[in-house]
Amino acid sequence: MSLELLRISASGSPAPGVRSVPAVTKLVDTTTCIGCKACEVACQEWNDLPPEPTTQTGTYQTLPDLTANFWNLITFNEHDDSGTLRWLMRKDQCMHCSEPGCLIACPAPGAIVQYANGIVDFQQDHCIGCGYCVTGCPFDVPKFNPRTRRVYKCTLCVDRVSVGLQPACVKACPTSCLQFGTKEAMLEIANRRVEQLKASGFARAAVYDPPGVGGTGVVTVLAFADQPELYGLPRDPTVPMAVSFWKGPLKWIGNLAMLGGLAVAAIHYVRFGRKEDPDQIPNPKDQIPNSTTRL
Amino acid sequence: MASLAATFGRGAMTNGWTDIRNADVVLAMGGNPAENHPVGFRFVMEAKRNRNATLVCVDPRFNRTAAVADRFVQIRAGTDIAFLGGLINYALTHNRFHQEYVRLFTNAPLLVSERYAFDSARGVFSGWDAERRAYTDISSWTYDIGPDGYARTDPTLQHPRSVFQVMRQFYARYTPEEVSRICGCSADDFVKVADVITSTYTPDRAGTIMYALGWTHHSHSVQLIHAAAMLQLLLGNIGRPGGGLNALRGHANIQGGTDCGMAYHNLPGYIPVPKVGDETLNAFVTAATPRALRPNSTNFWSNTDRFVVSQLKAFYGAAATRQNEFGYRLHPRLPQSDGGAYENWSWAYIFDAMHDGGLEGFFSFGMNPVSNGPNSRKAIAGLSKLKWLVVAENFEQETAAFWRDDILSLVDLTPEDVQTEVFMLPAANFAEKDGSFVNSARWIQWKWKAVDPPGDAKPDQEIVARIFLKVRELYEQEGGTFPDPIRGLNWWYSNPTSPSLEEVSREINGWALEDVRDASGAVVVGRGRQLSRFLDTRADGSTLSGNWLYIGMFTDQGNLAQRRSTADPSGLGRYPEWTFSWPANRRILYNRCSADGDGRPWDATRVGIAWNGERWVGDTPDYTVDSAPGADLGAFIMLPEGVARLFVPGQFADGPWSEHYEPVESPVANPLHPEHSSNPAVRPFGSPFDTLGTAEEYPIVCTTYRLTEHFHYWTKNNPYAVQLQPEFFVEIPEELAREKGIANGDQVRVTSARGSIEGKAMVTRRIKPMQIDGRQVYQIGFPIHWGFLGRGAQRGSLANLVTPTVVDPNSFAPEYKGFLVRLEKV
Ligand code: SF4
Repeated sequence: MSLELLRISASGSPAPGVRSVPAVTKLVDTTTCIGCKACEVACQEWNDLPPEPTTQTGTYQTLPDLTANFWNLITFNEHDDSGTLRWLMRKDQCMHCSEPGCLIACPAPGAIVQYANGIVDFQQDHCIGCGYCVTGCPFDVPKFNPRTRRVYKCTLCVDRVSVGLQPACVKACPTSCLQFGTKEAMLEIANRRVEQLKASGFARAAVYDPPGVGGTGVVTVLAFADQPELYGLPRDPTVPMAVSFWKGPLKWIGNLAMLGGLAVAAIHYVRFGRKEDPDQIPNPKDQIPNSTTRL
Repeated sequence: MASLAATFGRGAMTNGWTDIRNADVVLAMGGNPAENHPVGFRFVMEAKRNRNATLVCVDPRFNRTAAVADRFVQIRAGTDIAFLGGLINYALTHNRFHQEYVRLFTNAPLLVSERYAFDSARGVFSGWDAERRAYTDISSWTYDIGPDGYARTDPTLQHPRSVFQVMRQFYARYTPEEVSRICGCSADDFVKVADVITSTYTPDRAGTIMYALGWTHHSHSVQLIHAAAMLQLLLGNIGRPGGGLNALRGHANIQGGTDCGMAYHNLPGYIPVPKVGDETLNAFVTAATPRALRPNSTNFWSNTDRFVVSQLKAFYGAAATRQNEFGYRLHPRLPQSDGGAYENWSWAYIFDAMHDGGLEGFFSFGMNPVSNGPNSRKAIAGLSKLKWLVVAENFEQETAAFWRDDILSLVDLTPEDVQTEVFMLPAANFAEKDGSFVNSARWIQWKWKAVDPPGDAKPDQEIVARIFLKVRELYEQEGGTFPDPIRGLNWWYSNPTSPSLEEVSREINGWALEDVRDASGAVVVGRGRQLSRFLDTRADGSTLSGNWLYIGMFTDQGNLAQRRSTADPSGLGRYPEWTFSWPANRRILYNRCSADGDGRPWDATRVGIAWNGERWVGDTPDYTVDSAPGADLGAFIMLPEGVARLFVPGQFADGPWSEHYEPVESPVANPLHPEHSSNPAVRPFGSPFDTLGTAEEYPIVCTTYRLTEHFHYWTKNNPYAVQLQPEFFVEIPEELAREKGIANGDQVRVTSARGSIEGKAMVTRRIKPMQIDGRQVYQIGFPIHWGFLGRGAQRGSLANLVTPTVVDPNSFAPEYKGFLVRLEKV
């Protein structure tokens, strides 16, 4: 699969030469996750992220939230299911939405791209540090690093995927609760597992693949899918209203004055960003080898 | 391992990791495999996903395994025998046991001696001497032996003294209500999981049990594991794909250590250590060779002489001659102590002797006794009495640094008070040297060095070799009291200062020193050739083998531990050409039990072995390959009865089978028999550090455990692991926290009669208060991974400051799980 672009932040026209390639998807089956955190460390090691300073706050969870250096967090939630205790573990990470709120919100051309295979990736070279993607994300995933003044998140190991490997977390996962492949294949496995869960008494089991963001590149099997909040997932995520509202006018920067402070800030950062990095549109092929993914 | 060997004949996991995928029911009890064996746990998940297997978790805590289990039952730490006894009773009273299997493959039909008795009101077996408070005569724990020297039997299982009937009566006391009263779970929850667990009694279903240190860390641990073995035998689950009693070893090579004589009382290959009194080789071999108890039983240990002589040839080489009984005269023997018993050099006894000033020096390789032994303060006090201490380690740790003032202050000493000379030798770690790991599944797996050791670090074999060569040199120069064993040791390696582990491996497997001939005189193994079959060893000095059990691992075909084929002709995940599995590359032990009396597999979809009319096919048979099913050789070839032992004659120190005893420190007196509340065969230690607490002073049950994020006391040096679990914590039930005014993240102190430890509170719903014998009882627990040295928040939080030096009378494993403490907010 090529790493051709499907969508580029703050750019009017779609990228040229898009071929039809299958979307890649990661399956997270929360019902077979044992919270071993192998994925957390695999992610850090592959992406050369330093260990985060942590303290024990009365939980098994490594950190309260994702950080700019920690893109894969297993959340641990105790839940009383009418007298039966459940300890719900979910892998929190970028969901790689088909309609990525971050990308839509981003005012910096080329700072966020969506490849034809569905992976949503940040190009920190073009990031202006405005943090709009943070507001634009319905899952609260992108994290701002105040030192580099850039925003970071899971890349779905686009560098591995583009040379035919699976993401580092999937490779490390001992229980195979993480799997990787085409969306079709992952949904098939997920649906089979849901049927199995239903048959063993989890009547509300389902696959979490929210339509409000066009579906996600990370699909999650939930035993209590009617209460995604139990896992820290929003019920019906959509691209926030504010973002959808101003992403249109953004193309017409002259009109932005109407939007007051917010828009002023945006213009400032857009200009600032351009000063720092004159390239208009990133060419990911410069950084990432272009090849075919074996799925 | 002591339990499995006495019950089945071999001290190891019966099946193997990959076979767990074939189970219909997986009982995780006495272990937390999702936490501590996450990689092997994938096979549980495969069973769940592909076979719809049910995972049942029984534990004092709702743990990571419970998080993905289908059923969870909380029990009080240290009450597992009551729970298992309840399951045995449930199976027997509801006719949920595999009758034909029990008749064919267990000692259920054998008759118990008339002199055997159990006083259920007092909780002691026959042979108890009330005055001396000890079992002084256990000769009644045996079979009724007929005039032919064999045990009498009743194949109908009806005889009132048949093992079956005696067992039925013994366990009738373990009703669901009694289980509830002792364990603290509801009778209803018990019955629900009993129904699931015993559902595997039919031939078309198989169930496995996975356990680890949650069962071995008790003052009744061997009996506990035996109770599980009894249950699995009743359900017909031993020897079958998808079944088994699977001991999950906690370290990469702990099985290898046990196989190769790591315990003080065994030589490699589970040959007992010779004792003072075994004056000649012949006397030793006779004492070590069991007599067959059934007419046709294989009784494989009848070959003990071949294995012993071959081993002596490996130890002493050319110095092992017929004249000196193949070196037996050179070999050390276990001395008797003052009381007449043989000396005990297991862990807790070593430190007791050290504390008494009975040891001059101590080598600690890959061990951190201050942290990982029970009762850290006793260990520190013991080390302070040594003249010298050698620690070979990857990182400086608490044992090598015991002389620091913050550590010594725990026993009110200062560095000035201590004269111990400490040598810290930097050792290479597992990735910095070649060698093999023997995993829980008995797979001897070769590994290759990944990187060179840093700086001056040396692999263990080089450290040991250089010490040995220096000692030998000194003996040669100065003579010494008895230099012959050291001078005669077979040190044939091409690089004596750092023996190649390939060479050591070849030697462990062994070779023919002379042509080996069969009864007809034909040469079966030519001189100089590697051995490939157990019975090619000889007792006449013509073969050499360091460990008979590993024969077949390094043959003329090469080092089979290096094999990596994933071919799977069985379709059941046996992978016969992946490394080498002892014994004889058998993947499932006791697999004769996977087929019925006629050699037909109980379940055609899960074939272990099958009789094809001429020979057994499938896995390497645990039976003579061409002996017909009717030959009645016994499916348990290592035992003199040929059948597995529900009733264990004369092997255990605390009874022929498993009775519930409370932990030595318990919140209640044993509801079954308060007079003998805890295991009566436990011998307490007498040092000032060996104090025990009462329930009045220390009302809370406490248990210790490990986390998936850390490996023992080692990964506290790894910044990523430290990041994942940065600090010591104490898991506390919500209700108890409320009572004590403790909030999540508060600093708390846990105190036992031995010492105290402080850390962060983790207030949780995952441990619930329990009703025990009508009283409310709380449990708390904490992980072990912190201490004084390492990265991150090491604040002296040594878990073992609070644990007691109380050990099982058979395995001598300490009671790390289920002791008493009190809790307060700091
Ligand atoms: S590696 Fe797999 S099982 Fe372990 S925490 Fe991550 S997702 Fe869960």
